[in-house]
Amino acid sequence: MAKKKRVRKVKDLTIHFMPYSEIRHDDAITRIKKIMGIILQDKIVILQGRLRPDEETRLIENTMTLIGNIKGFQGIEIASIDSEHRGVFDKMRRNLARILVGENDAITIIGPAQVVKEIKRNPKKIELMLKGR
Amino acid sequence: MVIKILRNFARRIFSNLFKKKGKIKLGFYGPPNAGKTSLANRLCQDVLGEDLGTVSNVPHETRNVQFKEKVVIEKNRKKIEFKLIDTPGIATKVDFEDFLKFGLKKKEAQARSKEATQGIIEAIKWLDDMDAVIVVLDSTANPYSQVNITIIGNLVARKIPVLIVGNKIDLKKANIKKVQNAFPEYDVIGISAKTGKNMDDFYESLFKLVKKVK
Repeated sequence: MAKKKRVRKVKDLTIHFMPYSEIRHDDAITRIKKIMGIILQDKIVILQGRLRPDEETRLIENTMTLIGNIKGFQGIEIASIDSEHRGVFDKMRRNLARILVGENDAITIIGPAQVVKEIKRNPKKIELMLKGR
Repeated sequence: MVIKILRNFARRIFSNLFKKKGKIKLGFYGPPNAGKTSLANRLCQDVLGEDLGTVSNVPHETRNVQFKEKVVIEKNRKKIEFKLIDTPGIATKVDFEDFLKFGLKKKEAQARSKEATQGIIEAIKWLDDMDAVIVVLDSTANPYSQVNITIIGNLVARKIPVLIVGNKIDLKKANIKKVQNAFPEYDVIGISAKTGKNMDDFYESLFKLVKKVK
């Protein structure tokens, strides 16, 4: 008889969905402050859209400053995934949408490293591996 | 007054036209343990016969930005002088407990972790000072990591020419095709900094990269 697989229960996991409209008008500092505020509560943020490259580096800098200064904080795991755009017309439409309504044609997952073990990403999917609690 | 303005304008135009390409600040960026220092060492050994920094299997061995001035590389009678800038690996998390697995004592691991976080901040700050950058990735690892995308995205935003190097192609698990597929818009070259495999192609690509420096 085949052994029954044990499913480990995850306790107290909170996922915070952040629509792009929540950060659309914010500057980089405010955006990062908002995200880090949630991360430091041990919550996982699912952001509609993605951060700009300079915002991502700022987020990393911020994270590095906090490691060692906040007990138990080990950093973050982050991954973004875009919807697939194959043709030239598709890309043009996306660029136009980006100008008009901002970068919201992507999903970004950011989680505290003490909760999220790893985020595996390939072009088509993101897998979130949580730490056993 | 008008003559003075015109004279200054003409001087600026001519000085730009005949400006020589001076020393090129070449940065090595990438995630920890990808082989940035190994590649910088290989380059320095080939040219100067000496290393730039120490390498180790323990992540975050390079925790400060390291330099090597006046590295002159010659190819087809063309000489280019570089200032090599080897940077600490950029990561989004640093846990001192990871270093314990490599036999470090708790205090050593904690100190290393603190230095590593400061090194990452330093590496990011240096992005603005580069003329060209070699992004070194581990070709046995998943290239789609957000750190890789963030580094390359920042270089593109700053209009800094990039060459992506997939290191460790001497290993069985290496998959340079995967790295190339992840970054189809960039020049990607597979090498082994450890064995020197494909270094001729690397130098070829390096000279092409330099041409893009403004």
